[in-house]
Amino acid sequence: MKNSETIKSGLQPLIEIKGVKKKFGENEVLKGFDLQLFPKENVVILGKSGSGKTVLIKCLVGLVEPDEGAVHVLGQSIPDLNQHELDKIRKEVGFLFQGSALYDSMTLRENLQFPLRRHPERIKGENEEQAIRQILQSVGLEHAINLMPAELSGGMKRRAALARTLILRPQIILYDEPTTGLDPITANEIIGLMLKVQEQYDTASLIITHDMDFARVISNRIVILQDGINYTEGTYLELSKSQDPKVKAFFKDVQSRNQYG
Amino acid sequence: MDSILNRLRYSFEETGRVAAFAGRFFSEAFRRPFEWRELFRQCYLIGYQSLFLVAATGFIMGLVLTLQLRPTMIEFGAVANMPNMVSISFIREIGPMVTVLICAGKIGSGIGAELGSMRVTEQIDAMEVSGTNPFHFLVVTRIWACILMLPFLVIAADTVGLMGSFLVESTKGSVSMILYFDKAFSALSIGDVVPATIKSFFFGLVIGVVGCYKGYNSEKGTAGVGKAANTAVVLASLLLFLVDLLAVLIADIYYTI
Repeated sequence: MKNSETIKSGLQPLIEIKGVKKKFGENEVLKGFDLQLFPKENVVILGKSGSGKTVLIKCLVGLVEPDEGAVHVLGQSIPDLNQHELDKIRKEVGFLFQGSALYDSMTLRENLQFPLRRHPERIKGENEEQAIRQILQSVGLEHAINLMPAELSGGMKRRAALARTLILRPQIILYDEPTTGLDPITANEIIGLMLKVQEQYDTASLIITHDMDFARVISNRIVILQDGINYTEGTYLELSKSQDPKVKAFFKDVQSRNQYG
Repeated sequence: MDSILNRLRYSFEETGRVAAFAGRFFSEAFRRPFEWRELFRQCYLIGYQSLFLVAATGFIMGLVLTLQLRPTMIEFGAVANMPNMVSISFIREIGPMVTVLICAGKIGSGIGAELGSMRVTEQIDAMEVSGTNPFHFLVVTRIWACILMLPFLVIAADTVGLMGSFLVESTKGSVSMILYFDKAFSALSIGDVVPATIKSFFFGLVIGVVGCYKGYNSEKGTAGVGKAANTAVVLASLLLFLVDLLAVLIADIYYTI
């Protein structure tokens, strides 16, 4: 895997976040967060549960409005866009939800048809059925095309959600804890799939997790979100050598799991 | 005292939010592209799948009303006017109200729970991030389906209710079907049928708006879904009575003229 400096050299960032603040009542979850994501890069945002990771990526697609700070995606300031402009950007940004968020009244085929029928230009004249089958094949779910989400296992749901995210051919994919709640074997399958997808479709990814082991495998760069700010960042190797107790805590977690697991 | 004031304030705020939600529906109701497929699906779910329940309730109401009224009507020597009385009361009030209260329970809670569950499981967010307007797809279609289907359900309940009434009359008395329905329809005027039909559209609007509002703005967690379904029924039922009162007051002006 290429390191982050190689990827960054001479490129414009796809995502640029500067000084983002967000408060819910008295609870200020983001206190001035900064981040950049470059083409073909995999950046992992690592943080404890409730640290504001999901809020941060929801700011990127306009689902949450930041109180302060700048959020630029593909050069456009997200909070300043009107609905039409926001919808245009959203086609370029795939979002894999933690709970998969498949439409449970639709079959898998209809789940994939739903975004495609609203944006047919995204497959550039390609046959709709062919595009759906091709995506499902790439996530290993072609056989499940007529199944309802309730008939799919947890891992299959995650793969189906990834297929739905990919059907609009986005430039960026935001993953919200993609392996949480999955057994290690299925989690590894999802990780393999994410790497395959990135290679096949040339996407950049912003991945949210609290699992350092997963971050090690998938990331070019890790950003630690602690106390609402970008606490520190670096490659897995750089962070693993850190003497900072807050950074070490994430590695201890991996060690203890390896020890007991 | 503070708690009463807070509750009053919350009620006003909630009324404002429901009104704003209804306003958004009107602003998007005719906007293209229209989701015809989803509208037909909702019409089927809301109209066809409620038909049996509404018809059964209407039939029982027709039976009960006639059975209860019959002894009194005999006492006053007015049993021959039973079809007239049942048809007027059914078409003007009983049919629409029984139907919409049943629908507030079945349809209102169904929409509240479905959209609430979609909100909680982030399906609405997923729609939004795929560049689709979830309000247009989910809310506009459901409210339109309620508006279009409620009058049909009310007509069905009225028809079956009159049949129930005829069944009692033909069993206990000796009225033929032709005579019964001739008397029932001759008692009705356009002033009975039109206001009842018009108010049914508004009843549909109320059930649709409240069900969608509660579900679309559901709180997180499974408790939020339950609360959305429950409050959708309570608020819709209350508003239905208010709309009915308003409709009766307006119709009364028409009758007075």
